[in-house]
Amino acid sequence: MDLTVAHQFDDAEQQQEASTLGMWIFLATEILFFGGMFLGYTVYRAMYPHEFAAASSHLDVVLGTVNTAVLLCSSLTMALGVYSAQLGSRRMLALCLGLTMLLGAVFLGIKFYEYYQKYEEGLIPGSGFTWAGANPNQTSLFFVFYFIMTGMHALHMIIGLGLMTVLVLLTRRGRFTPSYYTPVELGGLYWHFVDIVWVFLFPLLYLIDRSS
Amino acid sequence: MEEGFRLIPEQASAFAARYDMLYWFLTGVCGLFALLIVVLIIVFAVRYRRRPDREPEQTNDSMGLEIFWSVIPAILVMVMFVWGADLYLDETIPPAGAEDIYVVGKQWMWKIQHPNGRREINELHVPVGRAVKITHTSQDVIHSFYIPAFRIKQDSVPGQYRTMWFEPTRPGQYHLFCAEYCGTGHSRMIGRVVVMEDMEYQTWLGGYTAETPVEAGRKLFVDLDCASCHESGQRQRCPTLGGLYGTKVQLADGRTALFDETYIRESILDPKAKVAAGFQPVMPTFRGQVTEEQILALIAYIKSLSPNVAVPERSAQ
Amino acid sequence: MSTMPVAIYTREHYLNASYGWKSWLLTRDHKRIGLLYLMSITFFFFLGGAFATMVRLELMTPKGDLFEAETYNKLFSMHGIVMVFLFLIPSIPAVLGNFLVPMMIGARDLAFPRLNLLSWYLYMIGGVFTLWAIVAGGVDTGWTFYTPYSSLFSNTHVVLTVLGIFVVGFSSILTGLNFIVTIHTMRAPGMTWFRMPLFLWSHYATAIIMVLATPVLAITLVLVGVERIWRVGIFDPAIGGDPILFQHLFWFYSHPAVYIMILPGMGVVSELITTHARKRIFGYSFVAFASLAIAFIGFLVWGHHMFVAGESQYASLMFSVLSFLVAIPSAIKVFNWTATLYKGSVSYDAPMLYAMGFIGLFTIGGLTGLFLATIAIDVHLHDTYFVVAHFHYIMVGGMVMAYLGGIHNWWPKISGRMYPEGWARLAAGIVFIGFNLTFFPQFVLGYLGMPRRYYAYADEFQVLNVMSTAGASILAVGYLLPMIYLIWSLKYGPEAGPNPWNATGLEWQTLSPPPPDNFEETPIVTEPAYNYGPDRRTSI
Repeated sequence: MDLTVAHQFDDAEQQQEASTLGMWIFLATEILFFGGMFLGYTVYRAMYPHEFAAASSHLDVVLGTVNTAVLLCSSLTMALGVYSAQLGSRRMLALCLGLTMLLGAVFLGIKFYEYYQKYEEGLIPGSGFTWAGANPNQTSLFFVFYFIMTGMHALHMIIGLGLMTVLVLLTRRGRFTPSYYTPVELGGLYWHFVDIVWVFLFPLLYLIDRSS
Repeated sequence: MEEGFRLIPEQASAFAARYDMLYWFLTGVCGLFALLIVVLIIVFAVRYRRRPDREPEQTNDSMGLEIFWSVIPAILVMVMFVWGADLYLDETIPPAGAEDIYVVGKQWMWKIQHPNGRREINELHVPVGRAVKITHTSQDVIHSFYIPAFRIKQDSVPGQYRTMWFEPTRPGQYHLFCAEYCGTGHSRMIGRVVVMEDMEYQTWLGGYTAETPVEAGRKLFVDLDCASCHESGQRQRCPTLGGLYGTKVQLADGRTALFDETYIRESILDPKAKVAAGFQPVMPTFRGQVTEEQILALIAYIKSLSPNVAVPERSAQ
Repeated sequence: MSTMPVAIYTREHYLNASYGWKSWLLTRDHKRIGLLYLMSITFFFFLGGAFATMVRLELMTPKGDLFEAETYNKLFSMHGIVMVFLFLIPSIPAVLGNFLVPMMIGARDLAFPRLNLLSWYLYMIGGVFTLWAIVAGGVDTGWTFYTPYSSLFSNTHVVLTVLGIFVVGFSSILTGLNFIVTIHTMRAPGMTWFRMPLFLWSHYATAIIMVLATPVLAITLVLVGVERIWRVGIFDPAIGGDPILFQHLFWFYSHPAVYIMILPGMGVVSELITTHARKRIFGYSFVAFASLAIAFIGFLVWGHHMFVAGESQYASLMFSVLSFLVAIPSAIKVFNWTATLYKGSVSYDAPMLYAMGFIGLFTIGGLTGLFLATIAIDVHLHDTYFVVAHFHYIMVGGMVMAYLGGIHNWWPKISGRMYPEGWARLAAGIVFIGFNLTFFPQFVLGYLGMPRRYYAYADEFQVLNVMSTAGASILAVGYLLPMIYLIWSLKYGPEAGPNPWNATGLEWQTLSPPPPDNFEETPIVTEPAYNYGPDRRTSI
């Protein structure tokens, strides 16, 4: 009797199929969740294009680009981790997971530094918001969506780091073999998803009208 | 308003009669279908009730039946849609020359302003047989201006202007209700619509000597110093406003905007949002300095500067 | 009739396999989780019903003389919130779906049993937050939370309530996820998609909506909460926000949500009609695809809640057409159910009475939806009691009756006991009569122009309001009776046996109550669903 097959499943194949489908459905719900935010952002950007462009230019595009590169690299290390799991290489898997976590932590560090910068510049929406240009209210709306969207994203990253921690612990206990590494795969799917969300967030928030 | 028990609301507008025709058509069709289903269920349940001596007969499916009872309802609902859409489009486009009345809803009352200056609270006097156009907004939360006897309703949304129109056909008094939940006093935000014969209405309107919205608007225009920039003269730095109402204006960033009530309101409250082409964004904002009603008065004045807008005469005393 | 029920006490089944708090609160058995849900949603049903009772008592007189306006506003708001989010949305899926989905496909449990337990805990946590909000003073925004009233003006516990609903939403999402994966990957050998009972098709369609629509509600409520706490202008027109954006976001979830609140009931009705008329369903694939069509088109019609809110004319026309379109698959189902009765062997057992009541009342409710889809007609009827009557016909006359019918139908399977049929038929009749008396007058009130959410109204509306309140008191009796006799039957009801209705369906091919793993050995399916004909091979 295979101890890694839960009792409701007939065999390992069914379990793997079910788990993978479950993760894809969960990611679909996440698309809808972020989608609501994207919709609100799109509506207000269409209503106040100039204010949004002006606000966007106050974001640090260098840090944003670095973060994008960091996350893309972390997806690479994650994919290498899944590959290592397929090959049964425990040390490589643990190393890749660790690197992924490190890069994720770097991302979060840079993100929170950016938030701190915004605080210093008086760009946190609410009573402390200071804006020298025209239409501070509509401009503040940009920052509302900036903080909510990147904040939700950061929250998902933190949860991702938690998942990675669990995966590292399980790896060290020898839980994964070339015939069973589904949690690593699912963790990979989640991580790639969080990465893709950022790939959409970055141009929408940081790159409005940068050419002019 | 008629007291006592009724099952059908009064018809007091031109639209109401057309509305009720469609309503009874729907009732008839839907009633027939409902009756059909109920009768069939009862008949089958009795005719085929469980008896120890009879086995059920497993009938075959029928593609023909499925198509039949998909297509027929589809056709019927398309008839409903077209009829309803036709009525709706007529209903939402006011005819030219309709009498302009402004309404501001606030928690928890309706403030109504006639073009000649006469104001009302929770009461709307209108003449029978003439089209009336209501331009309305809200000062706080979303309300809804509802006159059941006319079969019309529209939400009053803060920050936006809406228009609706009707033509009363019967003198009398009718309910006015707020129909969008707006807090504690929602049920009390009610009033009445008084439809009068034309002569009576003129008399009612005339017995009032307050300034018209146009006059009030002119006064504000001067007091708030709009005139110094917007009228031709030494210090003019901004577009003059004559002849612009209803036209498309070119904006500084290349877009165009329709010079209507909404545009005028936005320009007063958020002047940098849509700056006119060829001018600098130097106009200050008046948010917090003018009420919704004052804005409506300014709009009435600015509208009067355009030749295509009829300026109502103040009725003779 | 009442022989000593020996078998239930001596044989091992899911109820007696283990004892103690932990065996229930840490269970992974989908059947026990279904019962946990049964207890919690029954509690919330009666809580929501208590609010409704107070609303109807106030409405007996035209003046607002029983409650303060603020209190009344809280009562109808909390009635809606509790009934929609804490009762209707979970009801059939969380109780009957959890219990039956694995059994109907021949599996030992759902795909993710621990996730299933988590769903229940999320539901309880969300329920506790909502209760806390109620006890702390309530919320008065209506269940629709329209801005800017909810985000800027209301002085009640909005944030706590939306937090509760947010958490309950995740319960819904996880349940849906579980059902989809289970139905896709765990069907017994021989159980093809088109051999599945229609209950599963309905729950599959419902699960898709749960999974795709609920996240949008979640983010919408987050935005309202943020606006309320930090006043940053998302929906505040004075600082550039758009209150109508809220309505679009809210209804994008809440319209599909109403299909969450009817599709499971339709699935139950397909089972009840076939079982109690001993006939295969007429037009199986049409009913199955109709469920999917309702789920899909249901995502495209949300704007019909906003015809008078300031939608553009073109948008309104589009939403109107699509709203008519979504009625067609429902009509197809009604015709197919009715045709199933033809030449059947119709019993008058309580489940069948509830099913027939469902078809009639759902038909009326659905047809009145056509009135509201007709834009010009909606202008007058929007936000009046016509709308209230329309949705209560579907949610109460439809879904709640289906729920009660399903509870009665599967009671023998769940408990091993039969309920007293005479009392059950009486209760079904009382519910039917009470329901119609409560809600039919409200159609007339709406056409006359009585707005919703009014606690004081024009004098000429009183007669119809008194009729409605009288009906509500009868309806309440109809709902209390099953509470009493179902609990009574647990101790005194006769033992039911595995298949008291002689129904097809895998759940009836095992013992009542079922063993912990549902089946002694994995069933193998060789027949189409509802194989009641002479060539039927299954019957215990």
